[in-house]
Amino acid sequence: MNQANSKRGYFGNWGGAFIPEVLHQTFTELNEAYLRVRGDETFWQEYVDLMANYSCRPTPLTFAENLTKHFGGARIYIKREDLNHTGAHKANNVMGQGLLVKRMGKKRVIAETGAGQHGVATATMAARFGFACTIYMGEEDVARQRPNVFWMEKLGATVVPVTDGSRTLKDAINEAFRDWVASMDSTHYVLGTVCGPHPFPEMVAWFQSIIGQEARKQILAQHGNMPAAVYACVGGGSNALGIFQGFMAERAVELVGVEAGGKGIDTDHHASRMTGTRAAAGVAQGYKTMFLQDDDGQMLDTHSIAAGLDYVGISPILADLGDSGRVRFEAATDREVIEALELTMRTEGIIPALESSHAFVQAFKDAPEMNPHEAIIINMSGRGDKDIFTIAHAFDDPSWKKFIIGRAQEYRKSSGE
Amino acid sequence: MNLTADLQKRLQNKPILLMTHLVLGYPSLEVNREVIRQMAENGVDCIELQIPFSEPMADGPVILRANQDALNRGIRVADCIQFAADIVQEFPQVNFLFMTYYNIIFRYGEEDFIKGAAEIGIKGFIVPDLPPEEGESYLSLSKKYRTAPIMFFTPTSTEERMRKVEKMGSGFIYCVARKGVTGKKTAMDDSLARSLNSYRSATSLPLAVGFGISSREDVAMLEGKADMAVIGTATIRLVDNQGPAAVGPFIAELLGH
Ligand SMILES: Cc1ncc(COP(=O)(O)O)c(C=O)c1O
Repeated sequence: MNQANSKRGYFGNWGGAFIPEVLHQTFTELNEAYLRVRGDETFWQEYVDLMANYSCRPTPLTFAENLTKHFGGARIYIKREDLNHTGAHKANNVMGQGLLVKRMGKKRVIAETGAGQHGVATATMAARFGFACTIYMGEEDVARQRPNVFWMEKLGATVVPVTDGSRTLKDAINEAFRDWVASMDSTHYVLGTVCGPHPFPEMVAWFQSIIGQEARKQILAQHGNMPAAVYACVGGGSNALGIFQGFMAERAVELVGVEAGGKGIDTDHHASRMTGTRAAAGVAQGYKTMFLQDDDGQMLDTHSIAAGLDYVGISPILADLGDSGRVRFEAATDREVIEALELTMRTEGIIPALESSHAFVQAFKDAPEMNPHEAIIINMSGRGDKDIFTIAHAFDDPSWKKFIIGRAQEYRKSSGE
Repeated sequence: MNLTADLQKRLQNKPILLMTHLVLGYPSLEVNREVIRQMAENGVDCIELQIPFSEPMADGPVILRANQDALNRGIRVADCIQFAADIVQEFPQVNFLFMTYYNIIFRYGEEDFIKGAAEIGIKGFIVPDLPPEEGESYLSLSKKYRTAPIMFFTPTSTEERMRKVEKMGSGFIYCVARKGVTGKKTAMDDSLARSLNSYRSATSLPLAVGFGISSREDVAMLEGKADMAVIGTATIRLVDNQGPAAVGPFIAELLGH
């Protein structure tokens, strides 16, 4: 066995806690606080109750009858994380960490955000629990996710646009760490996905496991059997690990993670770490995993139509599950994503987020080849209406454009330009 | 002579030593060379050569942008090592260390990197995102090739932690004068003095103190309390604003010459 395996916070070769010395004590305290609540059943019950009361849990498992008929193969079920309060699975992690922050007695939270979903969820949690809140967000993401920025600010958070590096998620994470190394006495960093230094991957996966726990019960109740496969999009990997954990022990259930294929994994414009050839083992942002990087170890620019998947690294837990073959990784291109989104809207009246639509792409490729007695589950990590500007742009929708031009003219006039 | 012994010998004739820092390739290797000449001729004892990384998590805005700028101009790790090899030859009176983030070393190959650096005369490494718990191979390779893995003390370090960490390092201890990233001003106050006292009692290695030191007063204040003052962001700002020729007089002034 690899020597690294026996160390805390490692999953096979991946993980660890590559943190500056100044954060050593903070992580010691965080690990203690996490282990305390992890061993405390009343904490999990408090979490489940909060999510039921505040965030519509359990979220439904919807049988997609029309899509099932359309493809004529496996029965397609959709796990509706879009119906969480704030519209994505991000709420699960954030409310869990919020309860932890309360127990640690800290008064301020900071977070990075890509799509803005995690930022909105964190700002919401901070408002509910009475914490001060600062959100770091890449300038490029601020530009493409303006509505989420608007909501974060209205919820009382300070949004800091990050103008360094590629101005996306990884740069927002660096900036959040820079805040934390000065503010750790009062502040908790609510990392948004199953990445970063130990204990974040393990802790966030634990909070997200609520998705898989519910989905397992629901598919047994509705289908009477285990599904043949479970699909999830993979940015950092939190929604994927959340649902996969419900089926990990069932070896017959195939687990499929779908990465951002961008303009194609044979181009320079994607964010696929486990598929394609541009990723290599590395250490950055506090952990060891497969990173999209060059021969010198410099991180590469990534691309995805979905801001939440536009990230250089992947959860160490998923990297390990990829190595062992337990999770199959695929990639979906921007174009395929728009097609799957359009089909899902038209046939089911459901609007998946661009991130989530990646999972739909691969499920739609596999479903027709499968037996009608089999079932598959697609984890719909979030809802697509947050992406209205990006989606309308991708559809090149003429009436939407007319509306925006009209609004712009109105604003120009009223601001006296 | 090992790095610790060299520093202790220098301390017999000076009230305090000076370590300076620069980002390789920023604004260019030619300017780096001139800056190093000015530093060396004015009595700098150690120089940190920072190999740029795209994710310099522990650095503040000035050094962060210098990293990015150097990378945008196309600097490669191999260029940095070649440049260091020349510079070490040219300025034998200075101890040179590589400062970088762990991914650069990891990707190059830990043993190749450490062995190669030792062969060209690099005395040690400062790797802010590699705590000793994650650095088993780095620490054992440093021993094998007789280079100094520099450890950190910070205002959040407990005494127990300092005693543990200092045993794993050699050369000197890099003492972070305050919380936060590089580049911000540190108040030279009672709490710093208390930190320095506790650092001193936790190790017999020389203490280098950094983060925000930029004036003669800062350096004078450290004399007798620390062994080496570390100047990082201040010289980068100076070169940005006044060019490399301003570095020599600045160093002389810091040392009270
Ligand atoms: C709706 C949605 N899905 C997926 C993701 C990707 O994150 P993860 O892979 O951690 O689930 C995001 C991230 O912002 C998101 O907003």
